[in-house]
Amino acid sequence: MTSTTQTEGEAASARKIEHLEEAIIRFAGDSGDGMQLTGGEFTNNVALFGNDLATFPDYPAEIRAPAGTIPGVSAFQVRFSSFDIHTPGDKADVLVAMNPAALKVCLPQTKKGGIVLVNTGNFNKTDWTKAEFEADPLEDPDYLDGYKVLKVDLNHLTKETLKDSDLEGKAQLRCKNFAALGILFWIFNRDLEPTIRGIEERFGKKPEVAAANIAVLKAGYNYAETAELLHTTYQVEPAKLPSGTYRNIVGNQAMGLGLLAASKLSGVQLFLGSYPITPASEILQQLSGYKQDGVITFQAEDEIAGICSAIGASFAGKLAVTTSSGPGIALKTEAIGLAVMTELPLVIVNVQRGGPSTGLPTKTEQADLLQAVWGRNGECPVPVLAAATPADCFYMAIEAFRIATKYMTPVLLLSDGYLANGSEPWRLPRIEDLPKIEVRFHTEREGFLPYSRDPETLARPWAPPGTPGLHHRIGGLEKEDGTGNVSYDPENHFHMIKTREAKVQGIAKDIPEPEFFGEESGDLLVVGWGSTLGSITGGVNRAREEGLKVSRLHLRHVWPLPLSLKETFARFERILIPEMNLGQLHKVLASQIPAEYVPFSKVTGRPFSNIEIHEKIREVLR
Amino acid sequence: MTAADAKPKKPNKALYKSDQDVRWCPGCGDYGILNAVQQVFAELGLDRDRTVLVSGIGCSSRFPYYMETYGMHSIHGRAPAIASGIKLANPELNVWVVTGDGDALSIGGNHFIHMLRRNIGLKVLLFNNRIYGLTKGQYSPTSEHGKVTKSTPFGSVDQPFNPLALAIGAGATFVARAVDVMGKHMREVLKAAAEHEGTAFVEIFQNCNIFNNGAYDPIVKKEVRDDMLVDVRHGEPLVYGKELDKGLVFDSFAVRPVKLGEPDEHGKVWTKEDLPVWNARDPNPALSFAMTQLREGIDPTAIGVIRSFDGRMPYDREVHLQIEEIRKARGDRDLESLIYAGNTWTVS
Repeated sequence: MTSTTQTEGEAASARKIEHLEEAIIRFAGDSGDGMQLTGGEFTNNVALFGNDLATFPDYPAEIRAPAGTIPGVSAFQVRFSSFDIHTPGDKADVLVAMNPAALKVCLPQTKKGGIVLVNTGNFNKTDWTKAEFEADPLEDPDYLDGYKVLKVDLNHLTKETLKDSDLEGKAQLRCKNFAALGILFWIFNRDLEPTIRGIEERFGKKPEVAAANIAVLKAGYNYAETAELLHTTYQVEPAKLPSGTYRNIVGNQAMGLGLLAASKLSGVQLFLGSYPITPASEILQQLSGYKQDGVITFQAEDEIAGICSAIGASFAGKLAVTTSSGPGIALKTEAIGLAVMTELPLVIVNVQRGGPSTGLPTKTEQADLLQAVWGRNGECPVPVLAAATPADCFYMAIEAFRIATKYMTPVLLLSDGYLANGSEPWRLPRIEDLPKIEVRFHTEREGFLPYSRDPETLARPWAPPGTPGLHHRIGGLEKEDGTGNVSYDPENHFHMIKTREAKVQGIAKDIPEPEFFGEESGDLLVVGWGSTLGSITGGVNRAREEGLKVSRLHLRHVWPLPLSLKETFARFERILIPEMNLGQLHKVLASQIPAEYVPFSKVTGRPFSNIEIHEKIREVLR
Repeated sequence: MTAADAKPKKPNKALYKSDQDVRWCPGCGDYGILNAVQQVFAELGLDRDRTVLVSGIGCSSRFPYYMETYGMHSIHGRAPAIASGIKLANPELNVWVVTGDGDALSIGGNHFIHMLRRNIGLKVLLFNNRIYGLTKGQYSPTSEHGKVTKSTPFGSVDQPFNPLALAIGAGATFVARAVDVMGKHMREVLKAAAEHEGTAFVEIFQNCNIFNNGAYDPIVKKEVRDDMLVDVRHGEPLVYGKELDKGLVFDSFAVRPVKLGEPDEHGKVWTKEDLPVWNARDPNPALSFAMTQLREGIDPTAIGVIRSFDGRMPYDREVHLQIEEIRKARGDRDLESLIYAGNTWTVS
């Protein structure tokens, strides 16, 4: 727990409350132990209290790997603070280990001197054997040396609390995660009330389960208080965030809201064609709940039908979107080409995950950038956008539809597993500050040509079936300029190839300047895209505090590249590009702008830490 | 409605002809189908502004370019998926899918079965020529076992699909069969398809005179047609033959031909009055399936409307009904109430 500022005694109690600027907690247990739920409840509590926060769920691809084993460990990390933070942090200050496997997996990611709460109820011989320990780790003085270990039999505490409950034994035991949560709330001096309300809402249809969870939550809190588990408890004051109304938002949730917002802002009905895939499925689920807003969702038979139905809906005049992850995007590739050829507006969301092939479904990666920019047959230009934070998914979804409809083009919008499942406090926008999306359907019969072009944007007219008198045919064969009739003419083909390219490149004139921080020139510029924003910001800030001359720039519009990049890059000695891939943005930039690039790769399924970026900056500038 | 569409008048096929030159090989069976579709659209008075033709890839898939309606010539096998998106987006549109045996049953097989399962309100015309024509003569998923083609020089050892059986197995509510050279019959079938609310699937025997010429001759040639095809009609007895001297009867769930007035293998003598009356509307598809199992070239082959069951709501209608009901119950929301939802807090 960094930066202990002051300690003070409290008159009423011998125990001290220590004030911290931030803390990192990692809840870890078996896949069935409810760690994501527990972490989520803790997060909501600190969010409502006004802390800044960032979260990092880390769960296995298997729904339920064999209970108690190492592959079955599911973890949720939350960092909360009294200042502005950008990442879920590195090592944890507090580890909650519900079983030996969780302890084994997560102890190396816990700070020496940190608190480790273990559920001794799950530490018998069978349990630690499953976690491949030779002996009971709690009996090994060296193993937990240097940690403040709190041994509590949460199973017993839970069963005792619920001995008069109507729930049967197994269901009782499922409440034990709330005992851990209660203890954590005591350690961090938190008010239980918002969480009790949260439980009541979540389990509204099962009041007996809600009551049991609440009883166990309180029991955990009271146990910690009575037993004085620690001599010192902790307090993290609210962050001094900019004024406004906030809510905690998860990336996929922000994406779903942003897609709906684009529909509301344009007045055009939203259509989603999609196929379930980790880690994008939540967007399909969320939009399926928006019937009241007129959203049409189509869970297609496969990824290809997902995008093809969206192309059909776009032709028919809807705001059409398809959502997926890398393997699904690979399947959609041919259809993206059709959307390019038919020049229909379409948003394709790729929530990237570890690849290639099935790869690491639940882990994050940024290795689909080259696929997005260049991964299709033929000269097939598509603008590529990338969200940078969980809340940013909201704004980028709107931006994707703005570009798609204004330029009559498919747009690839990249997110990743880290953004999709991570959360942050979102300062809610004023509706009047959101961009307008002006969709104009073509209705004028006089001189209508399906492939005529707006002289400024080069967009063709959008005339959905049902428009009187404008019946026309489009398709994947090369189009004659203007009429849209099939054409095999060599010069026409070359002309159309160049026109489609010019249309997409022309979008560069219509995008905001990339986010830039620091001096206008210097030794080093750190350039990032997508979800690395938080780590890069943290790392650059640390370096600047040391007096290093380093600035940073972040790309949300990855293709076409912002026009100003060339000039900006020329003012720096070197350009450092951290990416969760083997240097894909580096390859894109190097193909367009000569500069002294230093690619920096990490492809482990986990995001960069501030420290890794900071150390790399120091290494480069050494 | 365009100006040309405005006044009711006698069917004008020319309204549905686009200005594009038709580029199928001379003598191709597709011409007859194009002609029949234009004629039927004219007779039904389909609004060109509200009609969309969607195709995949293959010879047949050039079809939309020749129709003066809205249209999309898409990618191989995906027409059902694209058409589903169009129909879901706007159920008021008449959406027709034009596909071939390779397009629908090979590369697009998955979309094909799921479209039928959903019973979405599309009309689907499968031009079955039992060959890959556009790629110049490889065997297709409906080519018969033993067939010699460019990619099966020693004869195909692959088993063909029976498109109607596949469709019924996938839960189709309307399946029918027509023949490219039987224009009048085809128009009746197409009209019946147009009137069906759910997915209406029509297999059309189509001759590829370049790569598989005469594939259907043994059953569709004028001289044999009466004895080798049975035009099944709902509510009418299953009688056929040039002299109307033959019939189809059921043995539990199999169909077999009988000669009227002569003892069959069980010694029973059948009269026209004994023949079963065809029920295309049976909720149970078993007899429709049996009707697809007649041995081609040995038994007569069934054409006409083999199944037409209207007891299941089309998917597109139910999707929109659900949306309407929820909108009615809960009302619309503005963007602000959506964003400022859940647990919010204020920092001053």
